[in-house]
This record gives sequence, C-alpha cells and structure tokens, in this order.
Amino acid sequence: MNALVSALGAGFVFGTGLWVSGMANPKKVLGFLDITGNWDASLLLVMGGAVAVTVIAFRYVLRSEKPILEEKFELPQKRDIDLPLVAGSAIFGIGWGIAGYCPGPAITALSTLSPESIVFVIAMIAGGLLHRGVAR
Amino acid sequence: MHDFTPISALAGGALIGLASVWLLAANGRIAGVSSILHGLFSPPDPQWRAWFISGLLLAGLAWQAAGAPVQLRQGFPLGWAAAAGLLVGFGTRMGGGCTSGHGVCGLGRLSARSLVAVLVFMASGIVAVYVVRHILGVKS
Repeated sequence: MNALVSALGAGFVFGTGLWVSGMANPKKVLGFLDITGNWDASLLLVMGGAVAVTVIAFRYVLRSEKPILEEKFELPQKRDIDLPLVAGSAIFGIGWGIAGYCPGPAITALSTLSPESIVFVIAMIAGGLLHRGVAR
Repeated sequence: MHDFTPISALAGGALIGLASVWLLAANGRIAGVSSILHGLFSPPDPQWRAWFISGLLLAGLAWQAAGAPVQLRQGFPLGWAAAAGLLVGFGTRMGGGCTSGHGVCGLGRLSARSLVAVLVFMASGIVAVYVVRHILGVKS
C-alpha cells in the first residue's frame, strides 16, 4: 500500500474512533472535565481503551527495524520535563476546558461545518503559527 | 452520571489506539494531531500529514452520511471559541503535543514527559471548565 493512502486510512479510523467514543462532541468532553457538575467519566475509558491498545502494540511494532512503508521510525527525541512542556500543556488545557475541543476532535468536527468548529480550527492554526513566531 | 457511555467510550478509544498503531507500524509516525496539523505549514514532508488530516475529515463526513448521531452545540460564543483555539494551538506547540500525541501515543511509549503533560492539561482543563462555566457563567 502507498504510504499516503495508509496515512489517509489511519486518519479515517482515528476520526471514526473520535465519533464513536463521543470525543467529537465538545459537550461530552466538558462533561468529563466538569467534575463539580454532573460528572461523566466516559472519557477516562476512551483514553484507557486507546492506551491499552498502544501500550501493548507499540512494544511489538518498535521491535521491527523499520516501518512497513517507510525507511525509518520518526520518534520524538525529547526526554526532559522542562518549563515549555509544563507551561505549554497548561495553556493547552485551558483552551481545551474553555471550548471542549482538542486538535483531533476539532478537525473532524469541521465536517459538520458548525461555525464554532471553523472559528476554533482557524484560531488553533493561528496559535501554532504565533508560537513559531515567538519561538524563533 | 446519567451521561456515562462506557461501551462506546471503550470501543471508540480502542479504534483511536488501533489507528495510532497503524500509523506507527506502517508509516513510522506518531499520531499526534497537533504536530501533524502544524507540520502542514512547515516543510519537510507535509504531504502525508495532509492525507491523515483528510482522513479525519472524511470520518466525520462518513459518520454523518451513515446517519449516526451528531450533537451540535448551540449558542457557544464564537469569541470564546477563537480564544480557546488560540490557546490550544499555541499551548500544544509549546508543550510538544496534545491529547493524542502525549496522551494516546506518549503514554503508550511509557514516556514520563508525556505523563506529566497529560496530568497538567487535565488539571488545567478542569480548572478552566470550572471558571468558565461556574464562575463566569458561559454556556459551554
């Protein structure tokens, strides 16, 4: 299989998982983060279900010399727990808690053409570009 | 907890995990959506990223075409959506990942760095919901 078609397929399955699990619904996400309201623990199981799969399967996958369709694995090299990691994650969490969207769900929710998802994704891209400008 | 949906949550989570395993096994890449999205705007190789993002969009279209339930939120202020998007875009680039990259994939690799990221964004998300919903009274 062509590597690009493979990336498309992985994105499709990933997106389908977001819809099946309820993560594509921002109210569901906020119901999880709103622990003082009517708390909905479902998202803990989404994360648990996903990590149960990756934690087992990644070990086997990474024993191979190289991926099936490419020449090498491209893995994050950073190991340190530093200020940008903590501050960036805190900032991300604030945005997540305001709108109920993280990047994956926001992108797949664009398919509904809801104004809030369109505004959110444009702003998210702008935020990333802003970070690049500041970091440079 | 009348909104609790354990079966669909686990099933959907497993699909997300499988897709992440697929991308790593076949393409050798981490399924971190914030990195994939922002990599679209910086060479090298934006191409596979565009295909992955297209897959995410196609999944949403297929979901709706199949007549599956989509609950659109009404009345969330667009100014808040814009502010939240900016924070998510900036924060995920500064912190090097989001719910998928640090959460699903980083925890899958038993990365301590990712565990810290997940605990921090969960905590700040909980605080943000509390402030926005219950103190500022925003209908989110």
